[in-house]
Amino acid sequence: MKFSESWLRTFVNPALTGTEFTHLLTMAGLEVEEEESVAPQFNNVIVAQVLEVTKHPDADRLNVCRVDIGRDTPAQIVCGAPNVAAGLKVPCALPGANLPGDFKIKIAKVRGIESSGMLCSAKELGIAEDASGLLVLPSDAPVGQDIRRYLDLDDRLLTLKLTPNRADCLSLTGIAREVAALTGAPMTLPVIEPVSATIDAQRTIVLDAPEACPLYCGRVIAGVNAKSPTPEWMKRCLECSGIRSISALVDITNYVMLELGQPLHAFDNAKLEGAIHARMAAPQEKILLLNEQTLELQDDVLLIADDKRPLAMAGIMGGEDSGITLDTTEMFLESAFFAPKAIAGRARRYGFGSDASHRFERGVDFGTARAALERASRLIVDICGGQAGPVCETTATLPARAPVRLRPSRVAKVLGIAFSDDEIAALFTRLGLPFTRDNADFVVTPPSYRFDFEIEVDLIEEIARLHGYDNIPAPAPQAALAMLPQTEDTRPLFRVRQILADRGFQEVVNYAFIEESWEADFAANASPIRLANPIASQMSVMRSTLIGGLVANVTTNLKRKQNRIRVFETGRCFYRDANGGPVTGFRQPLKLAGLAYGTAQPEQWGTPSRNVDFFDIKGEVELLLAPKTARFEKATHPAMHPGRCAQIIVEGRVVGHIGELHPQWQQKYELPLAPVVFELELDVLTQSRLPKFSEVSKLPPVIRDLAIVVDQKLEYRQIIDGLEGKLPTLIQDIRLFDVYTGKGVEQGKKSLAFRIVMQDTQRTLQDAEIDVAMQQLITSLQNNFAAQLRV
Amino acid sequence: MQNLDQIALEAAAAFAATDDPDTLEQIKSRYLGKSGQITELLKGMAKLAPEEKKQAGAAINRAKVSIENALADRRDAIRRLALEARLAEESLDVTLPGRSEMRGGLHPVTRTLERIEALFRSIGFEVADGPEIEADFQNFTALNTPEDHPARSMHDTFYLLDEQGKVAEDILLRTHTSPIQVRYMQAHVAKYAHLETMPEIRIIAPGRVYRVDSDATHSPMFHQVEGLWIGEKVSFADLKGVVADFLRRFFESDDLQVRFRPSFFPFTEPSAEIDVAFMSGTLKGRWLEIAGCGMVHPNVLQHVGIDPEMYVGFAFGMGPDRLTMLRYGVNDLRLFFDGDLRFLRQFV
Repeated sequence: MKFSESWLRTFVNPALTGTEFTHLLTMAGLEVEEEESVAPQFNNVIVAQVLEVTKHPDADRLNVCRVDIGRDTPAQIVCGAPNVAAGLKVPCALPGANLPGDFKIKIAKVRGIESSGMLCSAKELGIAEDASGLLVLPSDAPVGQDIRRYLDLDDRLLTLKLTPNRADCLSLTGIAREVAALTGAPMTLPVIEPVSATIDAQRTIVLDAPEACPLYCGRVIAGVNAKSPTPEWMKRCLECSGIRSISALVDITNYVMLELGQPLHAFDNAKLEGAIHARMAAPQEKILLLNEQTLELQDDVLLIADDKRPLAMAGIMGGEDSGITLDTTEMFLESAFFAPKAIAGRARRYGFGSDASHRFERGVDFGTARAALERASRLIVDICGGQAGPVCETTATLPARAPVRLRPSRVAKVLGIAFSDDEIAALFTRLGLPFTRDNADFVVTPPSYRFDFEIEVDLIEEIARLHGYDNIPAPAPQAALAMLPQTEDTRPLFRVRQILADRGFQEVVNYAFIEESWEADFAANASPIRLANPIASQMSVMRSTLIGGLVANVTTNLKRKQNRIRVFETGRCFYRDANGGPVTGFRQPLKLAGLAYGTAQPEQWGTPSRNVDFFDIKGEVELLLAPKTARFEKATHPAMHPGRCAQIIVEGRVVGHIGELHPQWQQKYELPLAPVVFELELDVLTQSRLPKFSEVSKLPPVIRDLAIVVDQKLEYRQIIDGLEGKLPTLIQDIRLFDVYTGKGVEQGKKSLAFRIVMQDTQRTLQDAEIDVAMQQLITSLQNNFAAQLRV
Repeated sequence: MQNLDQIALEAAAAFAATDDPDTLEQIKSRYLGKSGQITELLKGMAKLAPEEKKQAGAAINRAKVSIENALADRRDAIRRLALEARLAEESLDVTLPGRSEMRGGLHPVTRTLERIEALFRSIGFEVADGPEIEADFQNFTALNTPEDHPARSMHDTFYLLDEQGKVAEDILLRTHTSPIQVRYMQAHVAKYAHLETMPEIRIIAPGRVYRVDSDATHSPMFHQVEGLWIGEKVSFADLKGVVADFLRRFFESDDLQVRFRPSFFPFTEPSAEIDVAFMSGTLKGRWLEIAGCGMVHPNVLQHVGIDPEMYVGFAFGMGPDRLTMLRYGVNDLRLFFDGDLRFLRQFV
């Protein structure tokens, strides 16, 4: 809602400066979103009259003018504007004037002729874009008067960002009512003089959908001159509200809408046949609208129609065929109430909106319909002439305004401060809300212009608002002290993230909707969850893996010459799953994925440089999972190199994968090196466990080394698993410390070197039992894995 | 006897002439070894008469001790020299960079979320979580957002296609984290159904949310944190107290100006927008919209089975992205979702 402050001040004029006024509105919930001056700063420009125009002797396009500037002697001014003519009243910048854009006016010679000032266009004053000629002022403009005062250019334009509950403030009258309630300043409303009927022409009004349209007023006005000019004052009010002047009849309907909040519509009466119906559209009924759009309607759209055809989308937009034109002489003027529910969402459904639909879907004061019709009739007859017919009005059941009960004790409970009965009564009186008392309670009857009073808390809000939110204290809250649980067997997600960050990984946040091809490439998902209304094609499906985003992070950063990249993300992944929950049909687990690209260590002088490999990142994953230990088993994953990929198993459950990016994707996504990626279910990382004590030996361990040669294809994991449960109890730990193939080891075999740690917590081990244990281990390796001792 | 002194002097000079421990030991053996001069002299004493023996023995011993002392001194000196040489040789350019992994870092918005959670935990708020693909009921209906509300239009909300490629009307990407509150309240009510008075609800609900909006100041995916406190005695004044306290602690600025002004949300009443103004810095004195809040609407409580007569409470919602921008002076929201390491590393 945009309007000029001076217009509002003709309704209510509290003793407040502009800034105070803005603050008042904002703090009352009518947020002033924008304040602008009508014109930029300039000075020394006055109303002047051109007395005489003669051709400049040395320039074809210039004229030398004698101009009355309200002083004893006229000024001589050279002017190049095409529309300059004797008798015109125009703005004149006098020597010493400073115009917008820091343009200083001085006495100067123009092609040899002295010029003492400049006649101005609207653009030169910064008040409009029109630079085609001088700004022509009305003939009664007082010569010599400061143009800022004459055109009210020190006025301000205010734009309110109104919340949907405050439809009552979508008019000057409504805002004035609010300002009066807030400040106590008296309010002057426009006096509406009804226009009596001087002709008989009328139309029958039929309310076919009385719930959607319970009130319809209309009248014929004949003999209007649609070509009459719109008065300047009205044009100005419309312009200040951001509405373009079109023709007097259209301007008047818009003006009354701004003034009273009632949208009106004008039909060309000659184009109507029979009665006016307010009815629901038939399925697939078509209408050509004023904006030249043809719509095929659904049957929940309310129409205004005559006996033959639809005329308008009620409360939204008129039809092209029935509207007024400059040739209209006989009009039918509509002022109706359409129920918010019948209008809401309809315009948006067809991709447009209008000032009328904006108001009707929020709620228009049904008590104003007739007054607005009279107000517009008066303006039409005064401006465009014509004879009005009687007002045709049909009413069904108007929205009920059920009384709302307010308990003062409830006010205190909700707001945290108590109001006395007198205070509440005073606030209601200021708002003009009629109320009665029922014992301790107030019973308020909402006025027709307030659609936001239905229950008690609506009134409590109104009390708080009028009292001022600033005047409600903000104490430290009081509550019973109780400690929050601190579960030791879980660790916060922040802790998990911090571990990775400490290990050189940078957290990123990528979009949850991604390119469809990423789902195919990195998850082999041919039927991803698609968005119905994606913002762009590369954001059209929900991700089921975080890997695609991380690969894209590599691409972006490589372009920025970042050659070593370690990133991770935690986020939800999305799957269709009939058994999923809590939203039926979907599973949405939180996951954590990481990626490392480039050198294993940051570029440095101290260690030979090599690229990150599977085992670097496997180590990171093991560290992240500690104290849990994971099994890594050879597996495949669509995103990963089939020979360099493992599934990660914790407590018997597959919780994720790790691997080198598949060479196919490395090539497709143009990565010079292969990144190593991993992805884990997050719950396995946030669950931890309580430490459990076990006896620490006071005796030193015995350590023996053992090297064996086995088949190259034999996995380390198979050996460890094979020994599980078969080891002599005094062997506490077996650590692999070398893997070797090459010279000295037969082709197709590999050598593994282990460090065996033996210990007994109770006593010192004897050489003999150590030898026995080692022999047992060796025999087991020989029997199970055809291992040979390497000497 | 002159000869003995001469020998001792010679030995000392010979010791001093070498830096090498092995050479030193070889020189030592020339005097004190099995056939060294002193050893030979001692051996020769056998031929002497007893009186001479005593005298000569004492003299030879003196010379021997003198040589041994000179040897010990020289050994020490050589050891010292060797150590000095080693230390000099082992000296490092300690100004070379250390050999270590580079530290990564958390996303700036994660930092903010962590601080928000910590601040609210300190007054007894727990953290709740919920799904991002949401049901229409939890996202809108339960939150008193009627079917024709602008927020429900295709314009603002991302909807999904079902497996047949049709728009699934009742499934969407959550547009705020309020559905977490709805789910939490529903679960809380069920959990304490057996009690006459249910314990208070005090939670915050952080997470990613989605809206059809993309320009310099809007991202189609962004973060939100909402808070909820429901009890028998929770008022609008408490809301003001908690939120103002939070904002001053978050920005670590006791003189931060905080104002509440009337606004409208379907799920709260009275509702307020919260503005802050800093007293210093580039944004000094400007009111900045930072959060929305209000008293939970009775219809919302009713939808989740809480008696709105008995219980009241407040809810608030704010954008951690915006809080992060204000806190660190970040000027473009899109940087948060771009994965640019040059930007992200600033928050290590």
